[in-house]
Amino acid sequence: MDVRVQSEPFDFGAEAGRFAEGHHTMGAVVTFTGIVRDDDGTLDRMEIEHYPGMTERALEAHAREAQERFSLGDVLVIHRHGALRPGEMIMMVATAAPHRADAFEGAQYLMDYLKSRAPFWKKEYTADGAAWVAAKDEDEDALGRW
Amino acid sequence: MQILYFAWVRERIGEARETVETEATTVTELIEELRARDPRYAAAFADLSALRVALDQDLSDFDAPLDGVREVAFFPPMTGG
Repeated sequence: MDVRVQSEPFDFGAEAGRFAEGHHTMGAVVTFTGIVRDDDGTLDRMEIEHYPGMTERALEAHAREAQERFSLGDVLVIHRHGALRPGEMIMMVATAAPHRADAFEGAQYLMDYLKSRAPFWKKEYTADGAAWVAAKDEDEDALGRW
Repeated sequence: MQILYFAWVRERIGEARETVETEATTVTELIEELRARDPRYAAAFADLSALRVALDQDLSDFDAPLDGVREVAFFPPMTGG
């Protein structure tokens, strides 16, 4: 299990490649990557604030829960903070399991928890000013299925 | 006790962290004390449904006891991922 919280960019290809190597009993690897979206071309940047200490604890706890619940052989979580431009990668998760259903579900579970239970807050800066991104009801509702 | 504020809660209060001496026994009592201090706190704590609290870095409830707690954090619902 590897959990990283960092401001620097990460190399998705290299991370996914390294993660997928050497799992002789794991037949399935699933990855998810979150990218800064700019729907109408007005976003200058996004700034992600977090709670150092609690962030790592929360991510590790959810990764451990996912690992137990979906029999994951390995879990990788990388989440960035600080200033990010449109198109930059915010975060990634990777899961390895003997079969694909668990790898997919484990990644979904981790993402659902990470969205609304890990202490990150996004602020969007556009030409019109800055605004905190509001939490979505659907993200909270997504936890209901687990 | 250390109190930490994040995102717009931090912006409304104007501080990221502070140390307070308090007799409050629950989070709700602590919030009442803070609200009475200054309009900035009253503004930040106006709507508790828009707030979350963590005690010693674990998500918690407003009626949770503060016995033995060293670090309280207030913040809006999280928007990671």
